[in-house]
This record gives sequence, structure tokens and C-alpha cells, in this order.
Amino acid sequence: MGGGKGNPWLISGFLLVVFLLAWHFFTLRGAFDPRGLTEEQLQMMEFNGDIVRTADGGYVWNPEKEKVKGVPGPLAVMEKAWTELGEAFVKKGTNDHGIAYLVLYTVSRFAAGFLAASVVAIMLGVLLGLNKVLFQAVNPFIQILKPISPLAWMPLLLYTVKDPKWTAVLVVFMAALWPTLATTAFGVNSLRKDYLHVAAILQLSWVKRLYKVILPGAAPTIVNGLRISFGSALVAVVPAEMLLGELGVGYLSWIEWNNLDISGVIFAILVVGVVGVILDSGFNKLAGLVTYQE
Amino acid sequence: MAFLEIDHVSKYFPSHTGDGQVCIFNDVTIKIDKGEFVTTIGHSGCGKTTLLNIIAGLETMSEGGIILSGKEVCGPGLDRMVVFQTFSLMPWMTVFQNIRLAVKAAYPDWDREKIAAHVQKYVDLVGLRGSETKRPTALSGGMKQRVGLARAFSIEPKVLLLDEPFAQIDALTRGVIQEELIQMWNTTRNTVFMVTHDVDEAILLSDRILLMTNGPSARIAEIVDVTIPRPRSRESIIEHPHYYKIRNHIIHFLVRHAKHGPSGDGGPPDQSVSEAPLQVNFERDLSVLR
Repeated sequence: MGGGKGNPWLISGFLLVVFLLAWHFFTLRGAFDPRGLTEEQLQMMEFNGDIVRTADGGYVWNPEKEKVKGVPGPLAVMEKAWTELGEAFVKKGTNDHGIAYLVLYTVSRFAAGFLAASVVAIMLGVLLGLNKVLFQAVNPFIQILKPISPLAWMPLLLYTVKDPKWTAVLVVFMAALWPTLATTAFGVNSLRKDYLHVAAILQLSWVKRLYKVILPGAAPTIVNGLRISFGSALVAVVPAEMLLGELGVGYLSWIEWNNLDISGVIFAILVVGVVGVILDSGFNKLAGLVTYQE
Repeated sequence: MAFLEIDHVSKYFPSHTGDGQVCIFNDVTIKIDKGEFVTTIGHSGCGKTTLLNIIAGLETMSEGGIILSGKEVCGPGLDRMVVFQTFSLMPWMTVFQNIRLAVKAAYPDWDREKIAAHVQKYVDLVGLRGSETKRPTALSGGMKQRVGLARAFSIEPKVLLLDEPFAQIDALTRGVIQEELIQMWNTTRNTVFMVTHDVDEAILLSDRILLMTNGPSARIAEIVDVTIPRPRSRESIIEHPHYYKIRNHIIHFLVRHAKHGPSGDGGPPDQSVSEAPLQVNFERDLSVLR
């Protein structure tokens, strides 16, 4: 840790202001200047829709086309965010739900896949961690399956389950499975033998041994695996929604791109970030409950 | 028949080179009476902790058998509780929960209140009242081992196995806990088998001290009776005329066997393997004085 002084929040705020100002000025476009252009050129531009004639006979940039020319500035994005947040709970049609619904869909899709994967991975991991021979037998398969991008499973999953809703959940499942599985097996396997010795002397039943000793003992390692799985699943859920056209924040980003609404794309990116922060803080609270110090 | 009989027990490990086996200790026979406190002293690596783990059922023996109150011992059980050198408290449980885990296991028929009262009794006995809700991380080494002792005594095992219980505790605290252990043992009179390499600790606590030669192929070479009457305290014990005789005898033994050193390649086995251990008693026989 450095010995720096000062309020980090102040510095964060300063950095934000600098970033927004830089963004604003780099994306700023001057007012339309007709000087140096012939009447024919102006008519051509008006015909193309780049400029429009105002009531007093001058020309200005076409505000409709402005949206897709270049990268929108922070003000345009804020305006978009304002309208989107204003309609957060509005359902305009089957594919046009408010942002609050989209966040809810993504979070629940993520939660379903992640929780299912965690349960399966921890159960299998404990089994493999307790049985060295079994672990050595299964490990080559894990090593082959682990590096496969979860999205690579998607066509096969879509073909087999024939339902994009469950395919998206299963993509999250595949993304979250391997890290937890591998670290749980490792954590259970490297649990201090002393704890198991105490359990053996006390003649604890298999179930008690699992819940009183093995799982709490391996919990810190398991949580580390879950954390890696969590990140990997969060990365997978957005493209899964894009590719499958399932309503959610990933879908929002893609639909705004189809609408050529770049402000909307940037807003969607920010929403993805916020959703990540919300899920992550929830996870950290959970992790704090089960970890202990040696 | 003795209460606890370790009968011609040998232990072999596969050697590091893969071919053949290394004998850790050979043909160890110990007879311990009910209520007796017996300690084994030896250099590191002589296999004394392995021997203790075999009695506890945590490791298997290669040859021989162990009989506890007329029944052969097979695997770990609640009748032989270990106090570990590394404390082995569950770090995710509080002091109270750690002891309760043992009490619940030992007395599955008891109701909640009875279990809690029993746990509290042993918490108080080791002077940890007020620390029940602390986790082991928050405790000093001495306090951790007090919990370990409370856990072991609380299930009232037939045999207590102490595996260098005070090796990781600072010297000043060690003395205090040793006296606490004497007091606890005086009230319960458990049968105790301890391994240590602290000579003073062994004399203070034990009825008999077994001296183990260095491995490989270690064996019990001598059995020293601690001819100092109980109750003992650290202060009074050093005044007793036998104290330094016993102490010197043991230290001479340890130094003599350290010189041999553990020969790396196994070396020729000790010629006196089959000899019965030498009995040393300063009350009976003053001629063993060296």
C-alpha cells in the first residue's frame, strides 16, 4: 500500500469529470458551416439527409442523422439514459420491455445457471476431492472440457434443448461449472488431515463429516472457485443473450445496435457494468459468511 | 492383562527409492495399566508420533496388535481421544462449538441442555469462561491447547493420547498448562499415553517413561519409573533427590543415541532388537546411576 494522502472519492470524482469533459469535447461537432460549399453541394447534402433547411433559409446538421454520425457525447447518452430510466417499468411490446425488466431477466437467468452449476460443481468436487483415484481418472476430461468457451456449446445446446430460454441458462451453467469443480476438488483434497482425524476419532457420520468438517473446512477454497466461476458466467451471459435474442441487458445492447442507436449501445454497456457490480457485491456478502481465518 | 496392551507392533513404510521397505519401529510392546500416565521420549523421526497415531487408529500397523480393556482396537474411536500438537481445532467453529462437536458425538442421546451444561463444565475447568464464543484464531497457543484438552477430557475417553501437546506453546505458558493438566488428570485419573521430547515435562507428568532409540528400526530401549510421589508440582519436584538422577539418566540416553545419528541408508539393524527393554528404577536399584 502506498503512503498517499487525500480522499479517494475526491480523486474518483475528479477522474470522472476529466473523462466526461474529454469525451464531450472529442465528440463535439461544430455548427454546420456552409461557407466554401456551392449551392449544388448543399442541395446534394440536403438530399442525402445530412443537413436540413431552417425556417430562416440557413442550413443545420440533421438532428436525426446526428445520432449515427460519429460517437455520441455524454450528453446524448445521458439523455438516452434519462428516457430509458423514465420508462424502466414500462412494457411497450413483446420485445420492448423497460430497463428494469431487462435487468431482472438477466439477473434471474444468471442466478439460475450459476446456482445450478455451483450445486453440481460442489457435489462433484467433494466427491473427486475425497477420492484421489477417481479424481485422477476424471481429471483429463475436466482438463479438456474446462478451456472450451461456454458459447461454443450454444449450437449444440440449442439443438438438444430446443428452447433459447433454457439454452441461455445452460450457457451460464457451462461457464460457471468448471472453475468451481476444479477448486472444490482441490480444496477438499488439501483439507488439513487433522480435521479429518478429529472427525474420524469422533466417529461422525458421513453426513455430519460432510457438513460439519469437509464443506466448512474447504469453504474458503470453494468460494475462490465460485468467484472465478462468477466472473466467467457474467462474461458469458451477455453474448448468450445477444446471440439467442433473449430479453436482457445483453439483448438491449444488440437491439440498440440494430437500431443504429449508439447512445443506446453505450447506455446498455453501462447497464451491464452496473448489473455486474450489483451481483458482485451480493456475492461478496455471501462469501464473507462462510470464510474463516486459519 | 493390562488395560492397554501394545503387542509386538511394527511399522514399515515403503522406502523413497521404491524398492523395499523402511522399518520405522520394530516389535514395540507396551503394557499400560488403568489410570497410568505413560510417556514416550525419543528424537524426532523415531516414530513416536506414528506409534501414537497407530494407537489412535489413525494409521495402520504393519505387524502386531493393540488391545484396549480386553478388546482388539480397530480404527479410530471415541474411546481413544487425541490431543494434537497442532491443536486441530476447527477454525470455523467457536470454542464452545468445538467442544460441543465432540460431546454431541460422544453422547448422542443427550438433550441440548445436558450437552450445553457438560460443555460449559469443561470450558470452566480449563479456565476459558468468557471465551466460549471466540474462534481459535483469536486465541493464543496456550488457550488453543486448553480447548484441545477440554475437548479431549469432555468425552471421557478410556485412553487419552497426547501428541507433543505443548510443543507449540511458549515456555512460560507451557509450565502453567502442564500443572493444569496434572490437576485435571488428578480428578479424572484417565489412562494417558503421551509422546514428547521435553524431558522435564515427561518427569513432571508421568508414572513411567519409555525411551525410544533412533529410527530406522527404532525400539523401546529402556523403561524409567518416575519414583517421585504425587501430587507433584513444578516447584516441589525439582527438590526431590530422584529428579536430577532421572533427568540426567534420560538426557544421557538421548545424547548417546543422537551420536549414532539416523544413518541415511538404513544401516545395519541394531543387534539387540529382540532384547527386552531395560527397567530403570532409582528406588529399587541405585547401581544404574551413571
